[in-house]
Amino acid sequence: MRRLPVTIVVSVVILTVVLACAIAGGLIAPHALRQSLYLGSVGAGQAGHLFGTDQLGRDVLQLSVAGARSALAGPVLVALGSMLIGVLMGTVAGYRGGAVDMLAGRYADLLLAMPAILLAIVVAGLLGGGYWIAVGVLVLLFSPSDVRLVRAAVMEQASRPYIESAKVLGIRPRRIMFRHVLPNVFPIIVANVLLNVAFALVALSSLSYLGLGVPPGAADWGRQLADGRQLLGSNPLASIVPGLLIILTATAVNLLGDWISDLLDRKVATR
Amino acid sequence: MTLFILRRLGMTVVLLLALSLLVFGLMFAAPGDLARNLLGTKNVTPEALAQIRAQYHLNEPFLEQYWRWLAGAVTGDFGTSIRTGGSVGGMLTSRVGLTAAISGLAFALSVLVGVPAGVAAALRRGSWPDRLLVGVSVVGVSAPGFAVSLILLYVFAVGLGWFPIYGTGSGFLDGLWHLALPSVALALGLGAFVVKLTRAAVLRELDEDYVMFARARGLAPGRVLVIVLRNAAIPIVTSLGLMVGYLFGGTVLIEVTFALPGLGALLEQSVLFKDFPVVQALTVIVAFVISMTALLVDLAYLAIDPRVRARTVRR
Repeated sequence: MRRLPVTIVVSVVILTVVLACAIAGGLIAPHALRQSLYLGSVGAGQAGHLFGTDQLGRDVLQLSVAGARSALAGPVLVALGSMLIGVLMGTVAGYRGGAVDMLAGRYADLLLAMPAILLAIVVAGLLGGGYWIAVGVLVLLFSPSDVRLVRAAVMEQASRPYIESAKVLGIRPRRIMFRHVLPNVFPIIVANVLLNVAFALVALSSLSYLGLGVPPGAADWGRQLADGRQLLGSNPLASIVPGLLIILTATAVNLLGDWISDLLDRKVATR
Repeated sequence: MTLFILRRLGMTVVLLLALSLLVFGLMFAAPGDLARNLLGTKNVTPEALAQIRAQYHLNEPFLEQYWRWLAGAVTGDFGTSIRTGGSVGGMLTSRVGLTAAISGLAFALSVLVGVPAGVAAALRRGSWPDRLLVGVSVVGVSAPGFAVSLILLYVFAVGLGWFPIYGTGSGFLDGLWHLALPSVALALGLGAFVVKLTRAAVLRELDEDYVMFARARGLAPGRVLVIVLRNAAIPIVTSLGLMVGYLFGGTVLIEVTFALPGLGALLEQSVLFKDFPVVQALTVIVAFVISMTALLVDLAYLAIDPRVRARTVRR
């Protein structure tokens, strides 16, 4: 067992803390949404408010802790949902080819021609916005690249001897696809899900920042940045803290994803 | 060759039709009554609603409305904005310059800094400057533009006071000064991507046998590098073409943050207001620009690389 790189240890620690906040946010920050219009926006150092308060007098630190939930839940759901579509369509398209493959290819062409974030803004905006609508839109927009990835990986496996022999043995195609091929493509899937979580975090918080994600007043890092834009003079930390949190979390997930896919590449190379 | 271009143009047309149908379909699926939006603050009476519907052809079937829009769009008439009442074409042309300036500056910055940095990192693989640069580029790729913008705004505009907080300025130098922070914020993510890409492309070429052979023959390191860079340029140029789309996606957030009246901010306002004609026109035009850039990149390729030419023409 080789030593873990320091960056990976730090990333795992950061993600563990964010995960803990997402799960137990109510316990750690029970007063996240408590408003104090009388207090208004104050800078850091005020008694009881380490990072100051936002325009509604809400504590920036507690609000940021509570925001961890929407920062993790949505992106994880987007990555898993789009990968589910990717696995279902990509496996069938890669293994069977033909009409399904054609259809999957055109679907990917259409959605990949526009940058995902741009289409997400247009579609989520015209549908009226909202967190779950944004999540659903992103699942659809993220899936084409997953379809392509799984399809390519499955096609690479499908020509190998073990699949040939499974075919000769008369095993049903569905069983070959999902019991024989899929486990061998699984590592690539895991690495890509992680990378997609980072992209989805950035995309979802962008939508929230533009007012197309969570409703006003909800605890969300993107929303905090949008509100904090007006407070750069009175309490800059209202936008700096959630901004750094988004950057840190996305970087940690990306580093972890890169590390896992490097590890898998090396494993394949030594085989 | 001509066949290749024609086929690509055909695909672009199909794509634009599909995309515009999608946005048009969304307009129908969207919650709320368009006619009420159009009335704005005026009295909502059945007569007024009926009149608005007739004026904007909202009573016609879906395909007929779409056809009416398409016939106009082909001749460059994208209709009138619901929000301002002005012509969509005029709104777009008055704002396109600013977005082009920010995107152009950001593109130039990220290429001029990113490519040399990526080459330098690849040549010193594994050294601490290389690892540092790789680390910074991961952060750059991960960091959303609006978060970076706000931090830059706080540090350089509010804190140090070196740059203006918002506005576009007047005159060339003042304008450039006003666009410095937005362009840097936009260029950071892009530049990080360019660094990663360039480093990977150069590393891949350095591992090739021809490099070993060239060195063994005693070629000067500078001349070897020229050969390596020529070969590494192909993936880099392709990705630079793909970045045009990324740039526009990024400018939406940057323009909103810096309160700049460009196309990106227009898209945000129009989406929030459900100003369908503007959204529709912007989506189609952006998709058109992206497809055309992709086509130009592919053509540049065909001109540069005989291997690619042989493969494409055979296909």
